[in-house]
Amino acid sequence: MKKHSLIIIAFLFSIHGFAQDAKTILDKVDRNMSSKNRIVESSMIIHGKRSSRTLTSKTWSEGFEKSFSEYLSPAADKGTKMLKLEGQLWIYSPSTDRIIQISGHLLRQSVMGSDLSYEDMMEDRKLNDVYNAKVIREEKLNGRNTFLMQLTAKVENIAYYSQKIWIDTERFIPLQQELYAKSGQLLKRTELKDVKQIQGRWFPTTIVYKDMLKQGNGTEFKITAILFDQKIPEYIFSKAALKQ
Amino acid sequence: MLAFKFAYKNLIGAGLRTWLNVSVLSFAFVVIVFYNGMLDGWNRQGRSDTVAWETGNGQYWHPLYDRYDPFSLQDAHAAITSEAEKLVKENQLTPMLITQATAYPQGRMLNVMLRGIDPNQKILLIPSASLNPQNGEIPALIGKRMAESAHLKKGDHVLIRWRDINGTFDAREVLIIDIFKSNVPTVDVNQVYIPLTTLQEMTGMKKEATLLVAAATLNNTGIKGWAFKDTKFLLKDFDEMINAKKGGSRILYLLLLSIALLAIFDTQVLSIFRRQKEIGTYIALGMTRAQVIRLFTVEGSAHSILALILGSLYGIPLMLFINNYGIPMPKSADQAGVAISEKIIPFYSFGMLVSTILLVVISATIVSYFPTRRISKMKPTDALKGKIQ
Repeated sequence: MKKHSLIIIAFLFSIHGFAQDAKTILDKVDRNMSSKNRIVESSMIIHGKRSSRTLTSKTWSEGFEKSFSEYLSPAADKGTKMLKLEGQLWIYSPSTDRIIQISGHLLRQSVMGSDLSYEDMMEDRKLNDVYNAKVIREEKLNGRNTFLMQLTAKVENIAYYSQKIWIDTERFIPLQQELYAKSGQLLKRTELKDVKQIQGRWFPTTIVYKDMLKQGNGTEFKITAILFDQKIPEYIFSKAALKQ
Repeated sequence: MLAFKFAYKNLIGAGLRTWLNVSVLSFAFVVIVFYNGMLDGWNRQGRSDTVAWETGNGQYWHPLYDRYDPFSLQDAHAAITSEAEKLVKENQLTPMLITQATAYPQGRMLNVMLRGIDPNQKILLIPSASLNPQNGEIPALIGKRMAESAHLKKGDHVLIRWRDINGTFDAREVLIIDIFKSNVPTVDVNQVYIPLTTLQEMTGMKKEATLLVAAATLNNTGIKGWAFKDTKFLLKDFDEMINAKKGGSRILYLLLLSIALLAIFDTQVLSIFRRQKEIGTYIALGMTRAQVIRLFTVEGSAHSILALILGSLYGIPLMLFINNYGIPMPKSADQAGVAISEKIIPFYSFGMLVSTILLVVISATIVSYFPTRRISKMKPTDALKGKIQ
């Protein structure tokens, strides 16, 4: 009897230990991936069925809540600006010289024809806040040791019910993420590559988003320059900056 | 009576000239009747098909539902009230739940409307009875157009992705259980039908619906929380399209009528010019100018009577023949998004026939009258001498 009790206690402790680990790992990832603010220059390559197109942009962001992007090329999209401010999103289009608020169901539309939706872009809740996480096992991914974690939604208003995420055991950055439907169907896969050390932290500079249900090679997001913890003037995160 | 006798004799006496005018006018008459008949036939067919397949005898909409805004579907659903439930049990209403979804046939992305329909409903012609549970698989019914555009056939599986009531993605394969053929593209293009209860479970919208379709036997009783839309409202787009078509066709047949009327006008001008002595003689014999004008006007308008007779002689057999076989519509007509069958059977209403006859007779009378006004300015003595005035 005593032996059995010890096994049960040990088992409960191990569950608790794993849960604690998963949470700690996600906290470390959040700390690594987030910064006070950042300025990113990037190119987004949208691989269609027949051709690909590239958009370049510059983004200023503060935490996950504030972000301002300006598209620099191609000519057709140059000058398009996006402002994300605490759950709200506005787009300025130079061709119409108008600011449009993207809200409600429009957030579910694709961003500039990519595999990303505005909603994907708007998600600013920490993984620990919306998912219950557990470490399934450790496994090798592209030559790196990773924790394979299973995330299951603990809130209702979330787009993806569950996720699998591969976290680099050494650098604590995600290397791959799979997003699943309620039924368990794989919907999207995100690969994070070309990890570099920038300003003392490891950071992936190439992210490939792929809608797993449709043909095509997904959308590639390449960071060409990134600066952390800079001085960003407050007016950048205002609607007035959209028309400037 | 004298005027009609003279008119008849003069018209017959003019020979080929009269028959040319009459032929052209009769052709215009037949074309107008035929074209209007075709549009009316299409209208009747399209309306009855749309009512049978899509609208029923009106619909009760969730107040937030907007058929032109698919984004409204996310919020436009509510529980079927007990009042409505009673009517559903009496087969007076059939509920339908609609949600936006994405189908992935062969890895292609296709935006679709996922419609939950009661397999036992009898109100709409959609063959929902085939939506029986299939060993844990989700049975789906699609139209022929959808099957063609998505390259799907009966027995195929296709992956569908949708969002539940909380916006969470879900995806499952559905089995194409049957493919139906309908003249109404709006019930077919990008529409996927699955059992109502299955969609309610999939979306977490248990016992909810977006709209309720009314049976022909149900009069609008008003259901609390649901907005009634009658067939006039539901067929507004179709009616507007037919009216636009009728407007466009008017240009065509007025052009044709103008050619025929121009010929009558010319004939009248020529008659008055060449028959000045005759006009002078009528006046000298005691006819007033008004009586002479009437004589010539009747003569001109009699063209229209002859045209109606001639048009009927060849038009009626022709139209009976067409009505027997119908007018085949090109396959591309289907792509226009309006209810149109493979063959249109024209419909000639009494009102349309009378209005067309009046249009031809009145317009022929008007163009016949105008040239005769010169008669009132003629001097009888000069007319008798045949002097050109």
